[in-house]
Amino acid sequence: MKYGVVVFPGSNCDHDALYSTAHHAGAESVALWHKETSLPEGLDAIILPGGFSYGDYLRSGAIASKSPLVKEVVKFAQNGGYVIGICNGFQVLTETGLLPGALGKNRDLKFVCKDVFLRVENAEAAFTNTMKKGDILSIGIAHGEGNYVASDDDIKSLEDNDQVVFRYCDQTGAVTDASNPNGSINNIAGIVNKQGNVLGMMPHPERACDALLGSADGLHIFRSLAQAVAAV
Amino acid sequence: MQTFRASITIMLRKAILDVQGKTVEHSLHSIGFENLTDVHIGKHVMLHVQADSRDAALAQVNDACKKLIANPVMEDYEIELTEVEAAGAGA
Repeated sequence: MKYGVVVFPGSNCDHDALYSTAHHAGAESVALWHKETSLPEGLDAIILPGGFSYGDYLRSGAIASKSPLVKEVVKFAQNGGYVIGICNGFQVLTETGLLPGALGKNRDLKFVCKDVFLRVENAEAAFTNTMKKGDILSIGIAHGEGNYVASDDDIKSLEDNDQVVFRYCDQTGAVTDASNPNGSINNIAGIVNKQGNVLGMMPHPERACDALLGSADGLHIFRSLAQAVAAV
Repeated sequence: MQTFRASITIMLRKAILDVQGKTVEHSLHSIGFENLTDVHIGKHVMLHVQADSRDAALAQVNDACKKLIANPVMEDYEIELTEVEAAGAGA
């Protein structure tokens, strides 16, 4: 299993992603500078990490989505390669059009940094195949713009096709307004594309890979993906 | 080629809750401006564009708005074009 982690100016979770996938998930991980014009051989998955690429100028993720390497990431995804966009990476993925919708300012305008609970809504995805539907994960969020919005048609299509993978919930698994940290439609915390090979999520699984640091629930995502890759 | 100044106003779409606008409105009311309502906050982008005609200029800016300057999922935009007089023209 080999990951590439794209590094933009302003990324700040790139090293967490490199460390967690290598040290905790046992994969090989390489950093990829955003100005590169080609991807290294043999990548199984690419992570677009969290942070504030290009200082969030214009809109979060907008400038990064036009960078040279992201063009290659889009092709990689279109050819079926696995891509995970975490936080700012999710914002980049919506800006590229690989995922529908957009991430607006949090409902209460505050930057929210805390652990949240996520309910697994689809355990058939490449990123969740070691989980069960209804499982509850504890993973941290840290963002000011994580309020998922999309057109009514896009939301209906996401729900109808089981593309909503994670929803914010309380510790009992109930999806409530109080457990929605940012105002996202239908408490959406993470989605996959129609083909199922691109995941975007606001919570940070790479920060939840070691029980010593509070939670190792994020590891389930990397283990699931390793299993999906091994099964091919 | 002519040079035009494009003035682009970007606002959140009506369906998207404008939390900044709402917060500023609350604050305005709290300092006595009860008659100010429906506050919305957006962005203003100004740029120069070279083109053979006004239509061609508008088409370029429109394309740029769709591809980068605005996000059509969340934002609406309006473009105002004014011709910039070329230096030394008409001499």
